[in-house]
Amino acid sequence: MTRSSDDRSFRIGTGAFAALVLLIVAGIAFELTRQSTLSIAKFGLKFWTTKVWDPVSGDFGALPFIWGTLYSSVLALLVATPIALGIAIFISELSPRMLRQPLAYLTELLAAIPSIVYGLWGIFVLVPIVRKVEIAMGAKPALGVGMLAAALILAVMVIPFTSSVAREILKNVPATQREAAYALGATRWEAIKVAIGFGRTGIIGAVMLGFGRALGETMAVTMVIGNSPQISASLFKPQYTMAAVIANEFTEAADELYLHALIEIGLLLFIITVGVNLLSRLLIWSTKRRAQTIVVIPVIVAEEVPA
Amino acid sequence: MNDDPKISVRDFDFFYGAAKVLHGISLDIPARKVTALIGPSGCGKSTFIRSINRMNDIITDARGKGTILIDGTDVYGSDTDVVELRRRVGMVFQKSNPFPKSIYDNVAYGLRIGGMRNKRQLDDIIERSLTRAALWHEVKDRLHASALALSGGQQQRLCIARALAVDPEILLMDEPASALDPIATSKIEELIYELKDNYTIVIVTHNMQQAARVSDRTAFFMLGRLVEEGDKNTIFTNPKEKMTEDYVTGRFG
Repeated sequence: MTRSSDDRSFRIGTGAFAALVLLIVAGIAFELTRQSTLSIAKFGLKFWTTKVWDPVSGDFGALPFIWGTLYSSVLALLVATPIALGIAIFISELSPRMLRQPLAYLTELLAAIPSIVYGLWGIFVLVPIVRKVEIAMGAKPALGVGMLAAALILAVMVIPFTSSVAREILKNVPATQREAAYALGATRWEAIKVAIGFGRTGIIGAVMLGFGRALGETMAVTMVIGNSPQISASLFKPQYTMAAVIANEFTEAADELYLHALIEIGLLLFIITVGVNLLSRLLIWSTKRRAQTIVVIPVIVAEEVPA
Repeated sequence: MNDDPKISVRDFDFFYGAAKVLHGISLDIPARKVTALIGPSGCGKSTFIRSINRMNDIITDARGKGTILIDGTDVYGSDTDVVELRRRVGMVFQKSNPFPKSIYDNVAYGLRIGGMRNKRQLDDIIERSLTRAALWHEVKDRLHASALALSGGQQQRLCIARALAVDPEILLMDEPASALDPIATSKIEELIYELKDNYTIVIVTHNMQQAARVSDRTAFFMLGRLVEEGDKNTIFTNPKEKMTEDYVTGRFG
């Protein structure tokens, strides 16, 4: 074999692995669709928009779960984003050099905690605190479990992802940008704002990464959200998410239609996650075209649903 | 020199951690003239120019010792407001570093952080600064286009306009043309020649022809020491030190 043909086989080999990724994604979409045909045929698009979830009479609508997933994720994002960016700014710009590594390591450690452990912490610590708040506010019934507890636990789980990506982005902003600001009489805070402005597309990406995480998170949310399919803007009412209903009911799905309805929820979650991904990429791409800033496009991963 | 010097440096040392990189620099820089700092790489000329507006402060473990006076006031004095200092002493860097904003917003940046909000006032100063930086005619129809769409030479002139907008008295230029092609370089040099009527300019350059073309006075640095300084013609044609002569005639460096 000649050396140049080595190059060719190397290219073909690695190319095959790359193609495998596409194949897996397409395969997931195909399989989810194939295994939910009964439900798709029976409910059609109404599956997205109806609120009834009645396994006994075989009537299924996914809206409460879609609502619960999106609402809890958006709330988590609202709580997590400022905190995560604050952590990223502190570590990359302000903290004493000695503290930098340990702090970065500790935030990343948050991401390594298994989600079932978060769930236990939620049940034993967070839920009683939320219940006390509810009682103090006169909310009825004061259960503790519900949307607020879920959003808070999601926020804690999302923070390490958003803050590490944001930190990396701030670190990659060229020193010349900060120098330019300082040389024009900028204060420390003003120079940091310049760095944030320079990395803004990447920071948007970091926030979207957190959103993707929150959408697919299953275990911890299932343990604290209350698992009741209802659509409500209330922070205290128990609700349900797409991932949670699959995890809870999959093993109990006795008849075919029930099973297919659950798998269709998985398909919806897949579509929504891909949609959010595309949307964030479009967003990043359009800001990038306006100003050529550094761009880090993180992959948004929804945690796989245990089946 | 008949006037008092604009910048007066006495026994200035500079350290990065334990490493001493400037040794007892003493130098007077006259007002409204161009002073060029020349010397081989690593001779400390960039460190020196960055000491004048205390840009080295942002590097950890870096510190200066000795005095740098601007109009008789110590730059390193305990009551010096660094933010105020840097507005009086503008700086242009080796690599053009526009913000990823529009041309207009780039020039407006220093004014806005200084608290200027009046649109008409901003417009006026931005036009004047871009005109002074010899860029106005090229960009006046696209002030709100991204600064990053400009060519390298235009970006560097934009950075000069941005520095001029806050109305400094001194302009420090750290190899402002080293990343530019010859035509863009000659534009920057013409600009420097015009600006010296109103500003005190200190320029670091690698390029000896450039120093000979643009400067009034020239200072030669070597291994962290100031070897010799004086009138440009003296330094280039009749230097006192053997080392200066060897450098300017291209025997090393």
